[in-house]
Amino acid sequence: MCFGVACAGMVRAPAHTAQDRAGWKALQSIVAPRAVYLRTRDSILNILELTALVGLVSVAAGFLGALTGLGGGVVITPAMVLLLGIDLHYAMGATLISVIATSSGAAAAYVREGFSNIRIGMFLEIATTVGAVCGAFAAAKISPSILGVIFGLVLLHSAWVSTRARPAPRPGETDDPLATRLRLNGSFPTPEGLRSYKVSHVKTGFSLMFVAGALSGLLGIGSGALKVVAMDRAMRIPFKVSTTTSNFMIGVTAAASAGVYLNRGYIDPGLTMPVVLGVLGGSVLGARLLPGAPTMTLRRIFGVVVGVLAIEMIYNAIAGKL
Amino acid sequence: MRPPLTDREVDEIIGGLLRYGVMLAASVVAAGGIWYLIQYGTSLPGYHVFRGEPEYLRHLRGIVSGVPGFHCRRVIQFGLVLLIATPVARVAFSVVAFVLQRDRTYVAITAIVLAVLLFSLTGRMSG
Repeated sequence: MCFGVACAGMVRAPAHTAQDRAGWKALQSIVAPRAVYLRTRDSILNILELTALVGLVSVAAGFLGALTGLGGGVVITPAMVLLLGIDLHYAMGATLISVIATSSGAAAAYVREGFSNIRIGMFLEIATTVGAVCGAFAAAKISPSILGVIFGLVLLHSAWVSTRARPAPRPGETDDPLATRLRLNGSFPTPEGLRSYKVSHVKTGFSLMFVAGALSGLLGIGSGALKVVAMDRAMRIPFKVSTTTSNFMIGVTAAASAGVYLNRGYIDPGLTMPVVLGVLGGSVLGARLLPGAPTMTLRRIFGVVVGVLAIEMIYNAIAGKL
Repeated sequence: MRPPLTDREVDEIIGGLLRYGVMLAASVVAAGGIWYLIQYGTSLPGYHVFRGEPEYLRHLRGIVSGVPGFHCRRVIQFGLVLLIATPVARVAFSVVAFVLQRDRTYVAITAIVLAVLLFSLTGRMSG
């Protein structure tokens, strides 16, 4: 591999600061074995090599994201920041755009299959887009350290969600008059024919969607996990409809923050190119292999990876390294 | 009389719009990307410190003006803008579809979403 030489040049001892105390060092040796990391900060990687590395990370993230149904976007930013030393804002910009690509690509299939509910999606998108614009504005005002901690907490939530089994359907949902008025209640195809469902707690779901949108704009992620929680847990929408409708909404939510990111100069074409193409390629590959994949095992692996990245992210944020 | 567009037909059209939008955008990004790597592949990247993109890569006018000359970074950026435009086009189409279905509530709801998107994309919110 051509990276062999380059990697050898990049490996270095961790930088010690005045903060380093025994406790910190012990913690660092557990959570942050810096020496194995490839960092552009002091590297001799050229653009071609960096593009290939970022592309590989993105293919892996897109692949795992599609296989586990969790969206790989959330892992790309921490991977770029922690492994490659790329600035948080550039990483967020690149990831946000890749989120639009995968969401639109996957939504195209789901919409045709009749799972996603366009009315629910559209109505909740009012909350997510307004939230996303607010979040994207806030991203410029908040320091990278605080962004990193929030990012880590969101990652922890994703890790927790991914290791849980799919919740069982709950029969006998209560009806919300608002859902009837907005004609949110729908039906979806099952092997036994169309099954209809009712939507509850519309206001709670709407508020949670604002939070999901704000986090999406703040961190440059799709925040699919929180969207699913809002629909599946709060609004009692069937899981399959929740996940596909969430996927459908992610692209629109991300597009709302993308304008702000673009105008702020967070979106670098050279860096975003391998992320977008890599994630798209990986997710197409993942979707092909999906039937017959050991989903639960993959979700656990994904959960562990995300959990490690979460701790790394929070540690680096608190240590002021972002 | 049959309604102008059923929900099912709207789903089909939206599905196609998203699929071809992403394919078109990805092709443009890939074309610009190959050219970019040929031109700058051996240069050193500077992504570890945030400087922000130059003005011409931040706004539609600057990005589009570099496309005819095949300025590689602007071509990639143009592809990314196409990608951002895909869900926006989807929402715009939904407004039309709901108008044709005479669903006033949803015409209003989708119009609000479209307005927020256009506000974000066109506003110079660099503050």
